[in-house]
Amino acid sequence: MSTGTETIERLAQQEYRYGFTSNVEADLAPRGLNEDTVRLISAKKHEPEWLLEWRLKSYRAWQTLKDPDWANVKHDPIDFQQIIYYAAPKKRQALDSLDEVDPEVRRTFEKLGIPIEEQKALAGVAVDAVFDSVSVATTFKDKLADLGIIFCSFSEAVQRHPDLVRRYLGSVVPHSDNFYAALNSAVFSDGSFCYVPKGVRCPMELSTYFRINAKETGQFERTLIVADEGAYVSYLEGCTAPMRDENQLHAAVVELVALDNATIKYSTVQNWYPGDKEGRGGIYNFVTKRGKCLGVNSKITWTQVETGSAITWKYPSCLLMGDNSVGEFYSVAVTNNWQQADTGTKMIHLGRNTRSTIVSKGISAGHGQNTYRGMVKIAKNASGARNYSQCDSLLIGDQCGAHTFPYIEIKNTSSQMEHEASTSKIGEDQIFYCRQRGLSTEDAVNLIVSGFCKEVFRELPMEFAVEAQKLLGVSLEGSVG
Amino acid sequence: MLDVTNLHARAGDREILRGIDLKVGTGEVHAIMGPNGSGKSTLAGVLAGRPEYSVTGGTVLFDGQDLLAMDPETRAREGLFLAFQYPVELPGVNNAYFLKAALNAVRKHRGEEELDAMDFMTLVRDRMKLLDIEPAMVNRPVNEGFSGGEKKRNEIFQMAVLEPRLAILDETDSGLDIDALKIVAHGVNALRSPERSTIVVTHYQRLLNYIVPDYVHVLSDGRIVRSGGKELALELEEKGYGWIEEPEGLGIRA
Repeated sequence: MSTGTETIERLAQQEYRYGFTSNVEADLAPRGLNEDTVRLISAKKHEPEWLLEWRLKSYRAWQTLKDPDWANVKHDPIDFQQIIYYAAPKKRQALDSLDEVDPEVRRTFEKLGIPIEEQKALAGVAVDAVFDSVSVATTFKDKLADLGIIFCSFSEAVQRHPDLVRRYLGSVVPHSDNFYAALNSAVFSDGSFCYVPKGVRCPMELSTYFRINAKETGQFERTLIVADEGAYVSYLEGCTAPMRDENQLHAAVVELVALDNATIKYSTVQNWYPGDKEGRGGIYNFVTKRGKCLGVNSKITWTQVETGSAITWKYPSCLLMGDNSVGEFYSVAVTNNWQQADTGTKMIHLGRNTRSTIVSKGISAGHGQNTYRGMVKIAKNASGARNYSQCDSLLIGDQCGAHTFPYIEIKNTSSQMEHEASTSKIGEDQIFYCRQRGLSTEDAVNLIVSGFCKEVFRELPMEFAVEAQKLLGVSLEGSVG
Repeated sequence: MLDVTNLHARAGDREILRGIDLKVGTGEVHAIMGPNGSGKSTLAGVLAGRPEYSVTGGTVLFDGQDLLAMDPETRAREGLFLAFQYPVELPGVNNAYFLKAALNAVRKHRGEEELDAMDFMTLVRDRMKLLDIEPAMVNRPVNEGFSGGEKKRNEIFQMAVLEPRLAILDETDSGLDIDALKIVAHGVNALRSPERSTIVVTHYQRLLNYIVPDYVHVLSDGRIVRSGGKELALELEEKGYGWIEEPEGLGIRA
């Protein structure tokens, strides 16, 4: 829960030292977006002039762009002048005990097997015990700092490491890349920054740290991760606990840069509020995620488990520029009730002997609509490039839909490309078979679904794979029988 | 153990079982034979609780409890096991993982401790030895890419691990060559015990050479028309089912 993460975050960060200060009087920007809004945001965050210029440039680009209409999703037009683009982090009332937390949310916590103390933290209950995790977080930070790893909020990075931010910001997703990326570039609220120096292998999954320390970043999150030569980092974003938010539109940008021989593993578990059973409410998650394998032998792996949001629009992609670089995309996307997802990847092969792997698993239940949209592009100079794509769809019930749009563009003759696709249904006979062995219908569906997703789950950090599996179960609850 | 009285069932609007009476005592092996379409597999399915059949009359008691009131998983947890005629594939679902989940569901129902991975594997290894199952099979996805013979052996293997009180083998011999048939029969015989009852549903007498039943019942047009000892199976083999279905055969039923 955002309330809880904010609480923890504030404790960990000691009152948000960078970005928001008390001498700014107003908490909220006026509704709507114009150049003044952009200037206000930048001023509130005490940003350097170059960053303000970059935001303004993005804003101007955004004005010339059009809301994309090619995705296979339906929603009412979004009124961008109705959105509040800046709000100072609110001090929320801490709850006294878990009893005050929405029972529905608690039930989900229990199903996910989240430890009590962590439940409290996530739900925003005032706690003592969780201060353990704060000290754990601090210990982590010290350990990372010893290795020269920078890992902090985006705002903090702008203040403390402006050169790094300036060098890489927008270097993967240009300010005018697409409508939502341009919007994010103009008004991004906060996010994360990570830099792993030459030859350093980040010794821990940044996940363990992140789960309880995720940031209250608002609707326009910005993430930038740079792995210098020979560096390795595994980063996990998101949380299996249900995330509710008052903001309906989320437009994040994630940029990854891998230099020579560097590896970045980026794993996402996304469980934003999907709307109710009738399809009311729910988050629109319109995200631009892209990684640049800039150096030779570099590698970027995207792994995502997408179960939340009313509408998901995201294509974590890899630009394979360095020779022998590797891009991977492993995805599970679930749509239940009235959820819609249009997700996939782009693998752009520019360097020689570049390789990419795409494994996409779409699960549709209820009235959910699930679209895989992927592009594999092999440029003229990318001799010896190879791609393997596999797109599987699983249907539960007969009201849902699965769609696949693979685009392939190959400009040389020495490359290889394979594409496999399948669509299957969870059969009554499969469920009966499991029930005859003593499993409940719900367990049967979970079992079949996790079998279907196995290739993706094994790419997730171990502990998270287990949670992701449970999460799928919760997401598909009631979809059969 | 099992007491079926005047059982009627239909699939859609077609009546398939038209009044089955059957008593299976503890430790007994009953064979149910009959021509195609006589209702053998329907009977097996109705006992296991297949949702596509609806029971329109009669009662079934399983150890004195109303079996028909239980959902399929409760029947399984109470100790009723169906070896499927067509075992279902569960792609990507590890066989051992599946079995462990199943076994623990049964144990939980009985109020027993769930087995941890170590104890479970000990049990599995023991059963593998009993049935001559190669270890690789246990770690493959459930029935995925299995040959016909492997699927049937896997059913018997599951049965060996789950140790049901009543096992129903639905045409376990269909599609098996003689070697595979012997292996499966060997497995079933190894699991015979005074506490366990078995119903063997089969079209051919062949299987009964290897799994020797205590009783044989002949099903025709949704009713049991003949019951007898194991020699009835031989008689059927000789004379064919036509003999049973002739009018004088019907007289015997009464």
